[in-house]
Order: sequence, then structure tokens, then C-alpha cells
Amino acid sequence: MSRLVVASIGPASSVQDGGRYGAQRYGLTVSGAMDRLSLAAANTLVGNEPFAAAVEIGPFGASFTARDGAVRLAISGAPRNADVAGSPVAMDSSVTLKDGQTLTLGFARGGAFTYLAIEGAIKGEKVFGSLAVNARAGLGSPYPRPLQAGDEFTVDAASGAEELRIELPKPATGPIRVLLGPQDDEFDDANKALFLDSEWKISATSDRMGYRLEGPAIKHLHGHNIVSDGTVNGSIQVPGNGAPIALMMDRGTSGGYPKIATVITADIGRLAQTSAGTAFRFKAVSMAEAQDEARKFAQAIRSLPDRLRSSDIVALNIEALSDANVAGYAVSAVDAGTWQVTAEP
Amino acid sequence: MAATLPPPRLLPSGDSAVTVEFSRTIDDDANQRVLALDKALTAAPIDGITETVPTYRSLLVHYDPGKIGFDALGEKILPIATRPLPPVTKARRWRIPVAYGGEHGIDLEDVAKTLGTTPDDIVIRHSGGDYKVAMIGFTPGWSYLSGLDKFLHLSRRQSPRLLTPAGTISIGGVQAGIQCLAAPSGWHLLGRTPVRTYQLHRDPTFLTEPGDRVTFYAIDHKTFEDMDRAAEAGEIVAEQVDA
Repeated sequence: MSRLVVASIGPASSVQDGGRYGAQRYGLTVSGAMDRLSLAAANTLVGNEPFAAAVEIGPFGASFTARDGAVRLAISGAPRNADVAGSPVAMDSSVTLKDGQTLTLGFARGGAFTYLAIEGAIKGEKVFGSLAVNARAGLGSPYPRPLQAGDEFTVDAASGAEELRIELPKPATGPIRVLLGPQDDEFDDANKALFLDSEWKISATSDRMGYRLEGPAIKHLHGHNIVSDGTVNGSIQVPGNGAPIALMMDRGTSGGYPKIATVITADIGRLAQTSAGTAFRFKAVSMAEAQDEARKFAQAIRSLPDRLRSSDIVALNIEALSDANVAGYAVSAVDAGTWQVTAEP
Repeated sequence: MAATLPPPRLLPSGDSAVTVEFSRTIDDDANQRVLALDKALTAAPIDGITETVPTYRSLLVHYDPGKIGFDALGEKILPIATRPLPPVTKARRWRIPVAYGGEHGIDLEDVAKTLGTTPDDIVIRHSGGDYKVAMIGFTPGWSYLSGLDKFLHLSRRQSPRLLTPAGTISIGGVQAGIQCLAAPSGWHLLGRTPVRTYQLHRDPTFLTEPGDRVTFYAIDHKTFEDMDRAAEAGEIVAEQVDA
């Protein structure tokens, strides 16, 4: 066995997996990765089950050191600079740390959560079938709380398998898709239109429990008290102050504010990876479209192993290129090491 | 053959869950229908359902849209949901100690002021109630109770508090609650109980079940401290009696 030591880590970082299902009837929060596709991609790169336990790293930097042997890792999710002993590590690829080597990750350059999967997965004591951290309920293993510097995982020694990268499906762009309901009849047409037609931003006070949305105040038809009923990942509830809250993985299993809409399964990870302050919109879709997208999303996760590629070709820093292009610069992709940035006229 | 009951509303909760709603308000008959449907779906599972969550007036049914679509699921649920109710079985009753007011119930005085009465009157009315656990939700062990004195019905706070203490005994709208863990809440905090409705390494992990009866009694703050220590050590400290 090797060890992986958390040399440094920021807040909002914890062990997460596919989540803790089956006890919502007792109020047990599901938890689990905010961006399931990225969790699955990282796990697939090191040969784990897609929803095995991995480290969910919040927006700040982090570093991890191998001890007592080599450790094979993979990263996917919010793009950031990554290196081992000065050599860059591309997103969506695996890398093996030799004993004593450190993987250093910078701040997220867009998005919030990056997943660090470990070959053989994180080991611990499952509660209700999951290692996912739910700090409020004191659940999660090996640490029932966000990670801190000095924490360590006992992990499998690296297998020596060839390093891989994964070509992920092109992420959807455009509005975050929702299904109206279950309580859209608690809002009149004007307020439903206000919800669907307005630009929203995610408040900096958001967390794994809920993303608070900044925009126009949404008014209720009959007041903001309803009889508490069940919630799901992506429920958008509107409390008395009119500022909607999208409920995320650490949500309460029930809530007493009217829920105007629900983010579709395929777009929850996209919402989770929307940075605080970035403007976005919602779009209502039909049940048929939402369920079709949910099936495609599940299929995309199942077919991740088909997207693995050998990583021994030139690794371009695609994210950095893309960021620079989005920012209005044309970038030469020819030389990944010394690429040139030229301002467009 | 007995007549069927009126059909519930089937409200989409996203693409992977449906809210089977029997009533818009708190209604004991609706709650019994929720619990009966929940039992029926446990006894004879429908392929594709992954989890059910009973609440006051609706059953949230989680399902896998890869296995069954919204319409097909609704067609299977409706005949079960409209069956006549089975006879009511005997419930158990929990007597729950509460330290009211002061640091443990920071909203007690404001609630009394808003309702034009004294804190003592609020305590008498709240502890005099005969409650039923209608559902458990939000956070582990948070027991939502029906049976709150109409005089105590009070709109929730405009803006929820980001953190309220473990063991909080509170009221919100027409509901009363026993909260187990520290959590955000928009309810009015009347007191705290040392009883843990959820404790991980205790048997049972979850104390209350939907359908249980509950009464409260007042304890002083010193008794709270003693019982809290005992509860922390794994004692149940709530008294169970036959309803």
C-alpha cells in the first residue's frame, strides 16, 4: 500500500462519490459529487467504477504527495494548472506520482470543482452505501468533514499502467434546462416568465447545499408557505424574499418553499460548475426532452471507457487555449510549451 | 368491491422523480393515503422506482427514466393510490422533553409578542398539543409534526437563518418540528430538546417513524444539560408509551 498525503487544500474540498441513496425518507441527505460526469471521467481514467469515491476539490488550489510508494491519479472537472515536479499535467488525464512526488493544482480557471481520482479508489467505511462527506450529519469516510492539510489516504500502489487521457463529449452550452414544477402553479404567468426570461447569477454565499440565485425577485401567487414536501437534486425553490435557491447535493430532503422548476439531470453538473458571478439563463423543456437527455447522460457515463486514449501524443493545454480564445485572443496551438497569444484587432 | 378514492395529482419533480400529491394542505386523511401508498410500493415494488419519500400530503417517488417514463409510471401508480385505505394500526407515542425559551428558544418572546400573549401561554399551548409524525425530512431525523394548536400558526421568517442549533424545537406555518442536527431554518425557535432523533452508532439510528404520536413536556435548563450528556452517551432519553 502507498499513502497519498494532502499537502495543502482549500475550503469546500471533500471526499465524494455517487451519493447516499435509500434513506431520504429519514431525512438523510444524498450528498455525492456536484459534477457527476467529471467524477466518472476521473475514475474511468484510473480504471475505477464511475462513481467510486474521489477527492472533490473546491475552487482554490491543492497539492498531494505520494508516500511509501507510487500512486496513480487522474484529474477532471473545472480546469486548472497542474504539475508534477515542474512538468505540466493536462486535465482529463492520468499521471503517476513516484514516491515523494507532489501533484500541485492551481485555482479553478472557471467552474468550481475538480475531481482527483486515485487508482483503486479511496477506501473507507461506507454508511448507507457511500463514503461521501455530509459534514452536517457527521458522515463521510475516511474523514467525516472537509479535507485539511495533513489528511492522508491509504491507497493501492500504482499499477504501472500506461497513462491515459479521455476525450469527453463536447459540453452542452446555452441555458440551463429546467422542467417547470412541481409547484409552478404557485406562480402566475408573469412571474414564471420573469424566472425564465431573466439573467441570473450565482451568489458567492452558495455551497453544496444550495446555489442562491441573484436576479429579479420572483413573487408568489399565494405566499411563500407551502406544506413541506420532498426535494430532488436541482429543485429550484423560491423563499419569501423572492430570490430562488437551486438545491444541490447536500440539500434538505424536504422543504417548505414553493418549487417553481427543477434543473434537468443532464444539466445539474453544468449548473454546479457555473462560477459565482457568471450570468446565465434558464430554459424550460418538455418532459420528453428532459428524460431523453437524462438517458443520453447516463449513456455518456456508461460509454466513458470508449473515450480513453493513450496520452503519449503531444499534450496540448486545451483548457488554457480555450480560455485564451474565449477571452478574445487567437492562440497558436502548434507549440504547447511556448504558445503565442496574439490580440485580435 | 369498495369505491376508489379520488386520484392524486402527479407533479413532475424533474426528469427522475414524481410528486404524488393527495392534498395541498395538511390533512390527516391525505397523510394516511401517503403512508398507505408508500407501504404498498414497498410491498410490491414497481420496476424503475429507486426510492420513495413520504411527506405530509404527498409521496415523492424517485425513479430511473432509463427504466420507466413519466407517463408509464403514473399509469402504474394511480390504481394503487386510489385504493381504499387499509385499517389504521396502533401507533406508539414519544414524550419529548423541551427546555423552552432563553438561549434555547430565542424566538419564544417574539412569537408571544406577535401573537399578543405571554411566553408561558405559548409554552402551555405548544406542550399541550397531541402531535403525529407526518414525515421526516430536510435533515436526518427532522420530524415534522401535525396537530399544532391553530393559535400558534405563524408564517415562516422572511429570510431563513443560516444556522439553528441541534435539538431545536420550532414552529413554522401550520407545522411543528423536532430538529436533530444544526441546520438552516426559517422556522420560529421555541426551545431545544436533548433527544436525538438521529444518532449514527445508536440502535435504532432513527428514533421516530412517520405515524408515531408525540407529546412535549417542559424541563428546566439544568435538566436539559443532564439529559443532553446522557443522550450524547447514547441514551434515548425520550419516553416511549403506548398511544
